[in-house]
Amino acid sequence: MTSIRTILVGLAAAGTLAGAVTAASHEAGVPASVKARQATMQLYAFNLSTIGAMAQEKIEYDAEAAQAAAENLVKLSSLNQGPMWEPATSTDDIDGTRALPEIWTDMEGVIEDAVALNEAAVAMEAAAGESLDALKQAMGPLGGACGDCHKAYRQPD
Amino acid sequence: MRIIFRLIVLVAIVAAIGLWVTRPKTDGAEVLAGLTPDAAHGETVFTASGCASCHMAEGAEGEAKLVLSGGQEFPSPFGTFHAPNISMDPEAGIGDWTALDFWNALHHGTSPDGQHYYPVLPYGAYIHLDPQDVVDLHAYMQDLPADGTPSRPHDVSFPFNIRLAVGGWKLLFLNEGWVMEGDLSPELSRGRELVEAMGHCAECHTPRNALGGLKEGANWLTGAPNPAGRGTFPDLTPPEMSWSEAELVEYFTSGFTPEFDTAGGHMALVVENLAALPEADRAAVAAYIKALPIQ
Repeated sequence: MTSIRTILVGLAAAGTLAGAVTAASHEAGVPASVKARQATMQLYAFNLSTIGAMAQEKIEYDAEAAQAAAENLVKLSSLNQGPMWEPATSTDDIDGTRALPEIWTDMEGVIEDAVALNEAAVAMEAAAGESLDALKQAMGPLGGACGDCHKAYRQPD
Repeated sequence: MRIIFRLIVLVAIVAAIGLWVTRPKTDGAEVLAGLTPDAAHGETVFTASGCASCHMAEGAEGEAKLVLSGGQEFPSPFGTFHAPNISMDPEAGIGDWTALDFWNALHHGTSPDGQHYYPVLPYGAYIHLDPQDVVDLHAYMQDLPADGTPSRPHDVSFPFNIRLAVGGWKLLFLNEGWVMEGDLSPELSRGRELVEAMGHCAECHTPRNALGGLKEGANWLTGAPNPAGRGTFPDLTPPEMSWSEAELVEYFTSGFTPEFDTAGGHMALVVENLAALPEADRAAVAAYIKALPIQ
């Protein structure tokens, strides 16, 4: 997992650079960087909803669909997100975001949570196609990883 | 002259009556007489009441959540409150408190030395706890760790730093009546206990008037701005709250919303507490929420 940590640290630095590039494009509305990270969150939710509906037995277990969704989650959690977390796009700076300023003042903590999410997604990738029981077991840590980041770094509605 | 003298006497009498009416209230030992403590049930009261979520150190996880050393900040329009140390340290914490001290703090908002607590300690909710709940909570907390961290003073400015004024607040807003009334099923009745008393859900999810009192009736649990100035707490009444009971129970168990978002902020801590309760309790909370709004 050292590799993913290295990538994420590098990306955090890249984000700072990207900020300078895109700062000029802030007119009215939400910056493209913010739209991009919100879209990423929606992709997480969409893929989780497939696996989650199976875990909650709202839809029938389908090993292939579960596997595909889990692989997407692994890819999403390995994305180069640095430029999406552009400086001066927190709740202190703009409307239309729930990203707290702590994300930028506690980058170490954010990266720790991001690494944990990637690990939980990898564990789900191994479990999802295996069996419904294995999928259910991997669901808890995955939800926990989502929640840990939202607990510390996201504003209430 | 005589008129002025009479006026002064009248003002003095009114002030004396005011101080008497708003004095910190306490009960005597008879209120807890004959109760046998049940520490196991006390743990449920502790979890459902979310004591650790506010009194643990900021960001504590796992076992560290039971070290109630205090220190978390609660910003509000009246100033910033700091959760005190309520660990079992007899000096820094509340290790020397009797069950009756617990009762007077939670039911009347009165400290062992006879001062008003600020309502940031949600005694407006805990007033609904039964004497048995409080005796059990006291018994459970005796086994929690001691920690010597000194409590931080509140950072509250004039006139809110005058604790005597809290007596007036209590007179206006502290009452023993339930908000959801009527002939409730056992499940709804348990849900009411968890939502209105222990869980103190209204503290965040109900709007307040200019004096910081909760608005009841049709305003109950209809959402409110975050007093810390960051966002709002959601409306729990229909049509805004459209989740089914099963979806609510799922949220209270795994933290996942029906859209597969997850709980965040202090709500994530609330979910950790709810997840540790029996499933029947989570279902009771869901039943209460689906019974809203208050007519």
